[in-house]
Amino acid sequence: MLEHKEIVGEVKVIVFRLKDEEYGVEVNQVKSIEKLEHITRVPRTPKFVKGVINLRGVVTPIIDLRNRFELEESVYSESTRIIIVAVGELEVGLIVDAANDVIDIAVDAIEPPPEVVGGVEAAYLRGVAKLDKRLLILLNLDKVLSTEEIKQLDAIEG
Amino acid sequence: MDMNQYLDMFIEESKEHLQAINANLLLLENDPGNITHVKEIFRSAHTLKGMSATMGFEDMASLTHEAENVLDLIRNQKLTINSDIMDVIFHSVDLIEGMVIDITEGGDGSADVSIPVKKLRSIVAGDFSAELEIAAAVAVEEEAPVVEQAVVGENELDDYALMVLKQSKELGNQLMWIKVTLNENCLLKAARAYMVFDQLESMGEVIKTKPTVEDIENERFETSFEIAYVTMQSEEKIRNTILNISETHDVKIDPIQLKEASAPAPVVAVPSESASEVKKAPEVQQATARKQAAGGKTIRVDIDRLDILMNLFSELVIDRGRLEQLAKEIGKSELHETVEHMSRISGDLQNIILTMRMVPVEQVFNRFPRMIRDLQKDLNKKVNLEIIGAETELDRTVIDEIGDPLNHLLRNSLDHGIESPADRKKAGKPEEGTIVLRAYHSGNHVFIEVKDDGAGINKERVLKKAIERGIVNPANADSMSDKQIHELLFAAGFSTAEVISDISGRGVGLDVVKSKIESLGGSVGVDSVRGQGTTFLIQLPLTLSIISAMLVQVQDEKYAVPLSSIIETAVFKKDQIMMAHRQKVIDFRGRVVPLVSLQDIFQVPVSDAAVDEDEVAVIIVRKGEKMAGLVVDSFIGQQEIVLKSLGKYLVNVFAISGATILGDGQVALIIDCNALIK
Repeated sequence: MLEHKEIVGEVKVIVFRLKDEEYGVEVNQVKSIEKLEHITRVPRTPKFVKGVINLRGVVTPIIDLRNRFELEESVYSESTRIIIVAVGELEVGLIVDAANDVIDIAVDAIEPPPEVVGGVEAAYLRGVAKLDKRLLILLNLDKVLSTEEIKQLDAIEG
Repeated sequence: MDMNQYLDMFIEESKEHLQAINANLLLLENDPGNITHVKEIFRSAHTLKGMSATMGFEDMASLTHEAENVLDLIRNQKLTINSDIMDVIFHSVDLIEGMVIDITEGGDGSADVSIPVKKLRSIVAGDFSAELEIAAAVAVEEEAPVVEQAVVGENELDDYALMVLKQSKELGNQLMWIKVTLNENCLLKAARAYMVFDQLESMGEVIKTKPTVEDIENERFETSFEIAYVTMQSEEKIRNTILNISETHDVKIDPIQLKEASAPAPVVAVPSESASEVKKAPEVQQATARKQAAGGKTIRVDIDRLDILMNLFSELVIDRGRLEQLAKEIGKSELHETVEHMSRISGDLQNIILTMRMVPVEQVFNRFPRMIRDLQKDLNKKVNLEIIGAETELDRTVIDEIGDPLNHLLRNSLDHGIESPADRKKAGKPEEGTIVLRAYHSGNHVFIEVKDDGAGINKERVLKKAIERGIVNPANADSMSDKQIHELLFAAGFSTAEVISDISGRGVGLDVVKSKIESLGGSVGVDSVRGQGTTFLIQLPLTLSIISAMLVQVQDEKYAVPLSSIIETAVFKKDQIMMAHRQKVIDFRGRVVPLVSLQDIFQVPVSDAAVDEDEVAVIIVRKGEKMAGLVVDSFIGQQEIVLKSLGKYLVNVFAISGATILGDGQVALIIDCNALIK
């Protein structure tokens, strides 16, 4: 589960909040953090796909992470952010409750994820990092952005 | 010094110079006395030499150096060009092209240049007969079938035979080079050969055989033998006669071309000789003149940078939209005027950026004259390629893709459309065929036409083959229109075998052409009149990235419907809507058209502001013959939109083909009408 090979020493992560927990994504996977703007709904896509936005001329799909992780929905607020992440050829925006921190985590501090953490399926997680009193959940973006579910949906519709 | 950083530039410029050399060589071939072409070629060759030497591509430098020496002599009128010298230069250019391709692919650009270098040197030394011997030796060594075919008859015949042929030709006889292949398991080869000769003698005169008659009589040949033959009969008749003899497998007949220039004597510095066989090509010259006029100064820009520029610009457009809105709200006239001015300027800017991606089709067309030149030599046909409208512009992305399909169509026209000079003469046509390659704009499309004045499509044969291949049900065959039969050429199963080429040949690989063009959002059709020729017409969108669309409103959401699929827009009263099988339909010009509610199909949330009106706005769209009416709330208007993909994450979204960014910065989805019509 842990990919020690590619992380040596410290990893820099962007910290964001979802419900009452803190999550992290590696900074090199993050392209930018945007404020919420108009999202164009794309019909007949899974519920967690909120639609697409115009990101400096590039049409970028947006996923609501709360929906993705099957957490309860909340109303978007002033602090709601879209974290634009890029994994391979995929470029996707993630809606999170707030994003406001960049920290370094020692690789040693990362532990494999427990089977269930805050309701989020373990497959989406890369590990958990303990920092003083904070508990940071590191996301496995490959899994989060897997297009499998969309394809499944496609198959049903088709 | 690290040369890598210059490599891209080197490759690009080399290609450009090679293109220029090729184009000018073709012009020179048609107009050998014109020194300006030589000067152009010399200049390009000189630059190439310098560049390749600087970059350390020694073989290329030495070859261009030798070519330059030859060109220098021609330029200073110390040497007169003839077709043999042309061939050597063409060959050298091909070699250099090969090197550049090698370099492009990461190779070191080395190649064996000794033979062309030797040839070029011998030209300079005036020792051309030696060169000819080398050429002959090379031809034998390489055993390139193409080369062999190109000189069919010539090398095989001695002076006496040539004289006989020449005289026979003057008497109106056909000169043929016949290659007869017997079945592999033929038992009495010599007897079969005898029967062939017997038949042939009855209709004409056998001038020469290969191998010799003696060898043939003693069965000292494999399965095939060749004959130089003079007759008053048609090629078709000869072919059938020979094929009627049992155990003959194949007959290949090529007309023997007698060229004055190919007289065995060396032809260095003999002027006018080759001039007699050249023809003027005013069309080509015109095209070049236009090119030079339109050329001007240019700068090369990476296409990615243009993409970035376009994206940045759409950002600007968004801000412009906001400013316009703000100015309206604030209502201050100075602000209003400034914003208006800015809008106008940015509109012009937008046009420029879009047109920056447009390149003349010339870029692609340029390579065809050379291809046709070589091919007509190989096929022993005479053809004049007319290029019209080379200045027509197309989006860069389309240009890059269109070359192969066009190449295919042109080859097809030359190979199977244009008849041999003998056949043409018999049909009362000029010996030289014409292929017209024409490009023009019309509306939002670019049309490219490949038209030949050849034999046309033989419908019966096409149909027969299609039935054999199971593409057409024999029961339907009689009811098929000409157009439908012609379309069969594009059917997938039609392309697979070479066997096709002995019928009409039109089928070879045309399905590939069709799918390629369709992948570019275009279409291709064919029209043919038997005996008069065939025309392929390609229709392409002006660009892949900008389309005209109708913007519509559905509740709070906006969608774009491509104009290409819209027949018209209409407003219907609610009581005009009828029900058929629980499906809402309308009567549109006498046709019952089903209605599709975008709100239902896209599950659009109902807006608070929605009011129930007693009229419905409908867009009538079509997919082939089928129609449907898309029900929307209102039409916003027609607009040019920039096509954007939804990205890799959202693939195959139902009935959505992409997205675009509107003036206010929001994304609007583009409706794929084809998916909505079942």
